[in-house]
Amino acid sequence: MSAILEVSALSKTFKSGSRAIKVLDDISFQLEEGRSMSIVGPSGSGKTTLLGLCAGLDRASDGSVSLDNVVLNQLSEDDLAQLRNQEVGFIFQNFQLIPTLTALENVMVPLELRGEKNIAPFAKDLLSRVGLGDRFDHYPSQLSGGEQQRVAIARAFANRPKILFADEPTGNLDEETSDSIEALLFEINKEQGTTLVIVTHDDALAHKTDRILKLKGGKIVS
Amino acid sequence: MDKKTKIQPSKYSLTWPLKMAWRDSRKSKGKLMLFILSISLGIAALVGITSFRENLLQEIDNQAKSLIGADIEVKGNQPLPDSLMLAFYELAPEMSREVYFASMVYFPSTDGTRLAQVRALSGKYPYYGAIETKPAAAANEFQKGKYALVDEKLMIQYSVEIGDSVKVGEGKFKIIGRLQKIPGQTDIGATAAPVVYIPYNQLDQTDLLKKGSRVNYLSYFQFSSKVDTTGKWSKLIAEADDKGYRIDDIEERKEDTGRAFKDLTNFLELVAFTALLLGCIGVASSMYVYTREKVGIVATLRCLGMKSHQAISIFLIQVSIFGFIGSLIGSLIGVGLHVYLPELVKEFIPVDLEPTFSWLAVTSGIAIGVVVSVLFALISLVSLRNVSPLQAIRSDTESMKVRFDKIQLGVGLVIFLFLLGLVYLQIGDLINAAIFTAGLLATITILGLIGKGLALAIKKLLSDSIPYVWRQGLSNLYRPHNQTSLLITTLGLGTAFIATLLFMQDLLVDRVSITGAEDRPNTVLFDMQTPQREEIKQLTLDYDLPVLQEVPIVTMRLEEINGIMKKEAEEDTTVNIRDWVYDREYRITYRDSLIDSETLVKGEWTPRIEPGDSIFVSFSSGWAESLELEIGDEILWNVQGALIKTYVGSFREIDWRRVQTNFLVLFPEGVLERAPQFHVLITRIQNNELSARYQQAVVRSYPNVSIIDLELILKTLEDILGKIAFVIRFMAFFSIGTGVIMLISSIVLSRFQRMRENVLLRTLGASSRKLWKIIIAEYFFLGALGALSGLLIATILTTLLGKFVFEFVFVPNFGQMLVVTLAVTFMTVLIGLVNSRDVIRQSPLEVLRKEI
Repeated sequence: MSAILEVSALSKTFKSGSRAIKVLDDISFQLEEGRSMSIVGPSGSGKTTLLGLCAGLDRASDGSVSLDNVVLNQLSEDDLAQLRNQEVGFIFQNFQLIPTLTALENVMVPLELRGEKNIAPFAKDLLSRVGLGDRFDHYPSQLSGGEQQRVAIARAFANRPKILFADEPTGNLDEETSDSIEALLFEINKEQGTTLVIVTHDDALAHKTDRILKLKGGKIVS
Repeated sequence: MDKKTKIQPSKYSLTWPLKMAWRDSRKSKGKLMLFILSISLGIAALVGITSFRENLLQEIDNQAKSLIGADIEVKGNQPLPDSLMLAFYELAPEMSREVYFASMVYFPSTDGTRLAQVRALSGKYPYYGAIETKPAAAANEFQKGKYALVDEKLMIQYSVEIGDSVKVGEGKFKIIGRLQKIPGQTDIGATAAPVVYIPYNQLDQTDLLKKGSRVNYLSYFQFSSKVDTTGKWSKLIAEADDKGYRIDDIEERKEDTGRAFKDLTNFLELVAFTALLLGCIGVASSMYVYTREKVGIVATLRCLGMKSHQAISIFLIQVSIFGFIGSLIGSLIGVGLHVYLPELVKEFIPVDLEPTFSWLAVTSGIAIGVVVSVLFALISLVSLRNVSPLQAIRSDTESMKVRFDKIQLGVGLVIFLFLLGLVYLQIGDLINAAIFTAGLLATITILGLIGKGLALAIKKLLSDSIPYVWRQGLSNLYRPHNQTSLLITTLGLGTAFIATLLFMQDLLVDRVSITGAEDRPNTVLFDMQTPQREEIKQLTLDYDLPVLQEVPIVTMRLEEINGIMKKEAEEDTTVNIRDWVYDREYRITYRDSLIDSETLVKGEWTPRIEPGDSIFVSFSSGWAESLELEIGDEILWNVQGALIKTYVGSFREIDWRRVQTNFLVLFPEGVLERAPQFHVLITRIQNNELSARYQQAVVRSYPNVSIIDLELILKTLEDILGKIAFVIRFMAFFSIGTGVIMLISSIVLSRFQRMRENVLLRTLGASSRKLWKIIIAEYFFLGALGALSGLLIATILTTLLGKFVFEFVFVPNFGQMLVVTLAVTFMTVLIGLVNSRDVIRQSPLEVLRKEI
């Protein structure tokens, strides 16, 4: 099985006034296609920064990230956007649905960005799959937190990504809802054979993944 | 890791941003509606005024011939000499003569007297257009007997009917027609100086033409198509000009009329432009807040693979479409305005105006609306290209900032050039356009800086000892996401504009009002001949009226200044003396002392001259300044044929606002006593009934004497000013209306910032009463500070206008300023409260859900 995500000697430094703060220091790992991995660690350990760099949302200070054999460092912002649209799915802690679009339209957006036609039936299927078959025309403000995250899951899988990044996907949800969201996430992931990278504080969720990457002070500790 | 595979090219659909623009706008209808309104009033004013101007210039062009009524008009204060008459006759064989002068007319049937413009006409004038009368035939008939045509309004005012008679001087004429319109005259002109036409061959019957009388002689000519005027025409004009005659032809009259109304339309267009610019600032401020709200959406879409230009294109499409809708609505209102405007100004214009639809005005209005919407929105929208997808997972507020960069400066420069071009197209003068545009943008910048400065000052000076609600309200002015600078700019600009209009109107009214209202003289008798002087004085005293002033007047022309005659002044480019200095007729008096409206500012006043002495005269200081005269300069006068050499002896400052005879040039006693002269007497009459009786008595016994009733003139002037003020106020409504919309828009858009804080305070237990107080405090400070900033700008602007344009000193009226400040503050607080009522009345959760 080939590696879909290769991270090599990755560092990220932020400047705060005249001070340089190294948030990630010499991180290297590989993740094979179809596998799942969780990134855990205390607050401020660099989890979200690492996720952002792996997904091409930010640029590294040193080292490199290769996603599906594409070296991200060498890509322009627009190329990165295109890569995300073709290969990557996202799930956010605060759902990040577009408030001015209905649930159905939110799910259709990644496909529309790819220029695909007749996508409504597929998007409706996905929404039905996450249990929201009767909420197509509802706006995010008319949905509960759990329902919003379900829409986000449907949207994340809409472009059939090779890799899915989830940042604290259950961080804003109660335990019961969290369980059902986790179950749904892993179920669809398995169905579609997607690689999964999750940032979480939740040990139970982390233990459901194939591999756990533990960060502390910007370094891999295990 | 050096491997790199190719990314699949996107099949991105061009219609997708359009679809997204529509979807996104569904939840932003209210905000975008304000955007539409911001732009539509400005465009309405612009389209209305542009259509009106086009229409007016077109009609002046179409009706040019009837503005003058002939091909050429020759005007002078002497009849045309035979040599010139013959020369004109060769070029234009068809001619008419007219003599016109101001005189009292008397209506025996109702015992009414009134100063009127008497016109004695012979010939077939007008050759183009018509003297419109009721009945129509009267215009041709009146020259066939001892008949008169009398201005219709004058007849109504004095209850005179057709068939009654009018007495002009010693002549009595039967009225056979009501005069409705004469070529080139406006309604307002007819109100100020009503016309009475009599036949030219009956002029002697009036016995009014005496030596020294102020009379204008006109000759109207119509060209013959058979006569070749090439080369001869300009020579003849020069010859007539040399002899002191003024020649007007159709082209010149058209240009003069066009120029006169160009000033009016330019002013109205600048008012419209200001309304548009206020709207643009509304657009820019709406888009700034709108863009900030959209950062989160853009960050998410960037995560999902959207490119930066696609993000901008979504909102640019929205702006273009809503800008188009706003401009279209504005254009429709503008077309309606254009239909109403001719009605509004019909009394001021000398042509009949039928509103015609101007496609050019409408299409250019829509185009300008869309372009300014896009340009002003772009300032904020281009910053969206910097939104990082990382902002979707990093929700800290600092990263949600809209950052400004060089491209925005470039957009700013394009905006400046576009506005400059727009103003240039309106006023046709690049330097003035640049001054106006730069001044306006500088004002906006100053107001923005005042806003920033105030926020900083409050932050530094805010004391903990101030009660909580006031402290909370004040601190909202400098806390993150504050709208202080923006609201101070919008409020300040709106206030500055309204206050400047108010101040200017007050100053202009004050300028024409006359000092010493209670015991001021109100009746002036002029054209009294020397033998009549004592008799009229006695008549005045018999009516128990005071003789407040009685002065002799001698008319003369200026022949040379320091030996320079008109011809030399024209030929020598180093001499800066204009033609009219020589052409005008000077009415001059003589006396041995200065009066209380005069102050000697330079030189020495010579009260009396003995035979053989050099003659030192006194000039008005303002007049001397414009002629660049110095003490000791030599002036040669032509006193009705006799040449008198004088020297500039002194300069006097004159208070022209006092009702008394004031003179540009004052002679000492001992020089002009024997020159042909007439006299002026000034009195004060307490009531209308006595005034009517006195005027009738004077006119009956001395028909050559004219009486100016200052009360009537002031009333007419007030009437005219009132009508002009209404036109200005009507147009200003568009700017003020846009200002109010802009204010609502800014407050509505800033609501989102305050909403969360207020909801949080409510959640923490703040009572409704406390929240109301905090909101009132915040908007009270914003309103008051905005109004005061605007008043500061208005004061500077009015002072500058007063000093450099109208030549007066502006003294601020603090009462008026207080009223403006209170009105703007009250309106701001009211709009703020109306917009915040949801926060107070509903549950916090409900509010937060609604806001998304």
